Amino acid sequence: MITVEHLSKDYISTRGQRQVILEDISFNVPSGSITAVVGPSGAGKSTLAKCISLLEKPSRGRILVEGTDLTTLFGEALRHQRRLIGSVFQSAALLQRKTVWENIALPLQWLGVVSHQITSQVSQLLESVGLTNKANAYPAQLSGGQQQRVGIARALALNPKVLLADEATSGLDPQSTQSIIELLKRLRDEYRLAIVLITHEMDVVRQAADAVAYIEQGKLVQFGQVAHLLSSPHSSLANQLFPLTPLPSSKPLEVSLRYTDKVTTFDWISRLRKQGIGVDILAAHLENVAGSLVGRMRIAVSPPINFDVEQFVRQLSEWGLHPDHPLSDSVFQEAG
Amino acid sequence: MKATDMMSQDTPWREIHTLLIPAYLETWIMVSLVMVAVLSVGGGLGVILFNTSRYGLFPKSSLYHLLSGITNVGRSLPFLVLMAAIIPLTFWLTGTTIGIPAAVIPMIVAGIPFFARLVENALREVPEEVTAVGIVSGGSAWQIITQAQLSEALPAIVAAAVVNVIAMIEYSAIAGTIGAGGIGYLAVVYGYQRFDNHIMIATIVTLVITIQAVQFAGDRLVAALQPKQRRS
Repeated sequence: MITVEHLSKDYISTRGQRQVILEDISFNVPSGSITAVVGPSGAGKSTLAKCISLLEKPSRGRILVEGTDLTTLFGEALRHQRRLIGSVFQSAALLQRKTVWENIALPLQWLGVVSHQITSQVSQLLESVGLTNKANAYPAQLSGGQQQRVGIARALALNPKVLLADEATSGLDPQSTQSIIELLKRLRDEYRLAIVLITHEMDVVRQAADAVAYIEQGKLVQFGQVAHLLSSPHSSLANQLFPLTPLPSSKPLEVSLRYTDKVTTFDWISRLRKQGIGVDILAAHLENVAGSLVGRMRIAVSPPINFDVEQFVRQLSEWGLHPDHPLSDSVFQEAG
Repeated sequence: MKATDMMSQDTPWREIHTLLIPAYLETWIMVSLVMVAVLSVGGGLGVILFNTSRYGLFPKSSLYHLLSGITNVGRSLPFLVLMAAIIPLTFWLTGTTIGIPAAVIPMIVAGIPFFARLVENALREVPEEVTAVGIVSGGSAWQIITQAQLSEALPAIVAAAVVNVIAMIEYSAIAGTIGAGGIGYLAVVYGYQRFDNHIMIATIVTLVITIQAVQFAGDRLVAALQPKQRRS
């Protein structure tokens, strides 16, 4: 488990001006889970990555892994504790003149691990990432996805508790991205890793993340489980994770719904039909995220005579559908 | 025609080797001595330059600019000027101002900053993440420098050393003007001052062949050190 506490980073420019890159970032990634850190470019994601991988010292705040504060360490002590955090880089950053085997073995050799133990651990890691038959290949002989697998195996060589993946799937084709995501999820469960996944790809977030942190202009704007974030109204993250382009409709009433893990009634369309309320789906984006059906939907409603809008909206809220109707906020609060 | 014949005292072709071979060996002795100092000191300086720059392990802007400035001064002077300018240093170090020992000192002084800059550039060509990977993999500074930075830059550094060897062969010939010995001395004393055309031609041919051979061997070595690209 890794805890980031009130992390701030600022630089003093050559003109003596203070430039704030990260401001008071706090979040927590439990063991055996993946937290995605997303945000527009320039938001401070890569600085956060450098702070977490201890390549840069934060200006203020702490980074705790299993209760140990790593930001106060330096020199040998820092070198020693680094093994708690494994880092995967965007370009895999393999040493081109060393074989796959040598790349993965390097951190172990540097640590002074005895050679027969290196041999067994490297072969186990190679098996873990599915590259046993590439042990003697050179990085340039591998595809981008295979190179990233080697990067992941190397990051795991020292048995870290935390894995930081900084844009690890950027620049990979969709198929490789998919397989890297599957690998990360498997490693999360196998090694009980706390994985911090820094990315700008919303597909990756939907498929991999248990929780998501949204950073904008150096501040943590939203943080929570993907499914829960959807239920907070006016979430810009929800819109980015589940973008919708609805069809035009001539019906008088249009409502946006948010599917979360709180949805209790999946047959709501037929239930409404029984009440004489017709529903047209104008757009929908639903996916299986961490075992729940979540997403967004835009519907048009053909109201019957004597239609009670308030009653309708309240009913949707009770079913857990979070209607985004002007009325819903007040109704929802009453209901909650 | 007659006048030229009178002045020139061409060494007979059959006897040229008695002058050429010792001179050629002297050249290689000079270049070898110089290269030992250049590779160790210049290489070390190049590593320090890179690692004090903002891409390196211990960025230290003030130290970097100081070292970089010194390196530039060393590279500013044409070799002939440098050689004359540092005669007091040469004399202090070797007790003489002529001959091989006197030539080696200015060659080293010129070669070190040249090679240091080439090594710094070679290290800068290595992707930035390599150093970061070294740090997060828990390497010590020495481990990162030798097994990540230098190891990855090795082909480029060998190519730089080849450039440096060729430059030093050239400098040794310039050093011939202060009686350094070697093939440059031969060319100056016999070919130039005595109008010995045979010696002139022989030294030129020897130098051209030598440079070609050094470059060819260097290129082969660099190619062998390049990372493997395809499945074998």
